[in-house]
Amino acid sequence: MRDPEARDASRTTIAFWQMAVGLCALSLWQGLVALKLLDPFFVSRPTAIAQRIAIWVIDGSLWRHLAATLEESLLGLVLGAAAGISLGFLLGRSPVLARVFDPYIKMLNAVPRVVLAPLFLLWFGLGIWSKVALALTLVFFVMFFNTYQGVRDAERVLIDNVRMLGATERQLVRHVLIPSALTWIFSSLQTSLGFAMVGAVVGEYLGATRGLGYVISQAEGTFDTTGVFAGMTVLGLVVVIVSAGVTRLERWLLRWKG
Amino acid sequence: MMAPALEFDRVSRDFALPDGRLYRALDQISFAISAGSFVAIAGPSGCGKSTLLNIAAGLLTPSSGRVHVDGEPVDGLNRSATYMFQQDALLPWKTVRDNVALGLTLSGVTRAEAHARAGAWLARVGLAAFAAHYPSQLSGGMRKRVTMAQNWIIDRGMLLMDEPFSALDVHTRLRMETELLALWESRSADQPPPRLRRSAVASANAESLALQETGGQASQAGGDRETGGRAFQASRDRKTIVFVTHDLEEAIALADEVVVLSAGPAAHVVARHPVTLDRPRDLMELRTSEAFVDLYRALWVVLREEVIRSQRSAEATRA
Repeated sequence: MRDPEARDASRTTIAFWQMAVGLCALSLWQGLVALKLLDPFFVSRPTAIAQRIAIWVIDGSLWRHLAATLEESLLGLVLGAAAGISLGFLLGRSPVLARVFDPYIKMLNAVPRVVLAPLFLLWFGLGIWSKVALALTLVFFVMFFNTYQGVRDAERVLIDNVRMLGATERQLVRHVLIPSALTWIFSSLQTSLGFAMVGAVVGEYLGATRGLGYVISQAEGTFDTTGVFAGMTVLGLVVVIVSAGVTRLERWLLRWKG
Repeated sequence: MMAPALEFDRVSRDFALPDGRLYRALDQISFAISAGSFVAIAGPSGCGKSTLLNIAAGLLTPSSGRVHVDGEPVDGLNRSATYMFQQDALLPWKTVRDNVALGLTLSGVTRAEAHARAGAWLARVGLAAFAAHYPSQLSGGMRKRVTMAQNWIIDRGMLLMDEPFSALDVHTRLRMETELLALWESRSADQPPPRLRRSAVASANAESLALQETGGQASQAGGDRETGGRAFQASRDRKTIVFVTHDLEEAIALADEVVVLSAGPAAHVVARHPVTLDRPRDLMELRTSEAFVDLYRALWVVLREEVIRSQRSAEATRA
């Protein structure tokens, strides 16, 4: 870790092998289809998928759908985080409330979100809000549990020290409890973001007029496997890019961890 | 007559055991500490020294009895004191500068002023170059110095210390003790001696790392030993320090008076012994001086009995 040269070397090696694994898998796929060992009707082929994505990029439809999915994910993330963090804080500070709400939170968390999707469609319609709601329910619990844990886990000695230095209850929250919870919240950002996107796409898949989930479900409806795989590929690429950004953000926000 | 800075009046403290019985940690503890003095509380491990200190801080309430600070009964936290804990208590997400400035920030001092004063304190403890670092990037000894600055900057009359240096290696510890005495013996918080006694400090640590830590200031040192001597005259300006330790040597080396607690349960005061060694003290030489050895012998006779008792009861619990 200390030797920058060694790290750079291993980084290039890793990148090389990452590419190699991907290329091998794609060649195998393409080869098996070319040799007629796999039927392109069921599994399409990499070149056709790439072609399809290129067409979407050129005719602009990709951006429209991607923008919808990202918008829903982001809204779900922000609202879910706000709700989860607030409740986590409240229950983390009040053991009595925590015990009262405990069974309800466990119950709600046990509900598979997919079964909620039709309900949300009914309540919020085909537009973005039914997807936002679905993303929100996924993000909420991750954020809630992490905040709750973070507030409860704030080190006793830090609290005592800050109180001895003259902190009021409000200052205690601001200087110790929030930062302590934030470390937990930031480290769950990656998971939350993934959940937000899953929520949005599943919502679109079950009923929408725009978005990557909608694209995939439309393609499935016409047995267009190329379209399905193209939609999945775009989704995967977006997640990889976004999560690389989140990793950097996280590293910056938690830079004090040294 | 002036009221003592801190007075324990028949203080007892019970804790509930998991099986519902009560465990009496402290039993009827009474003694007073006068303003500006340095008192060490020594006792075997687990005797309730920290409990007593937490009660003095107002972090714990006594089950019976009372604590007075400057003649007033303590209600809630002891606002005349700061507390230096055994564990690291710096906020890991704040820089060294913000940690030192914390007490000022909390009391509403403007950010600019708090930073300026924190900067001055960091210079005093030899960490000016580390203002923008985070605690995790510092050594254990450096973190202790940041903590000292954090406690000293808000200038309360009393400092409670719970085995603050027990986690440090022997040399770093000696150095911290020296710095603590230099700070305490200096006349008042806002008029520090120009520099801590670094000649003694730097030679205290054989490792070259220590010299790096002081940022090369060791070479500029010397000539300010007399500052401590002058400072010692004005005892009224000094903080009252209550220093808990299990190490009798440390207690004698630092304090004006050593209070020995008995082994638990129901710990009580078994001895109070004044330490008449001259100040300023040279901790490098002190421990081999005849007066020190005599004091140590006299107090160890008392403490040894309690250590043996506490070991016996620990073995009995295990059996």
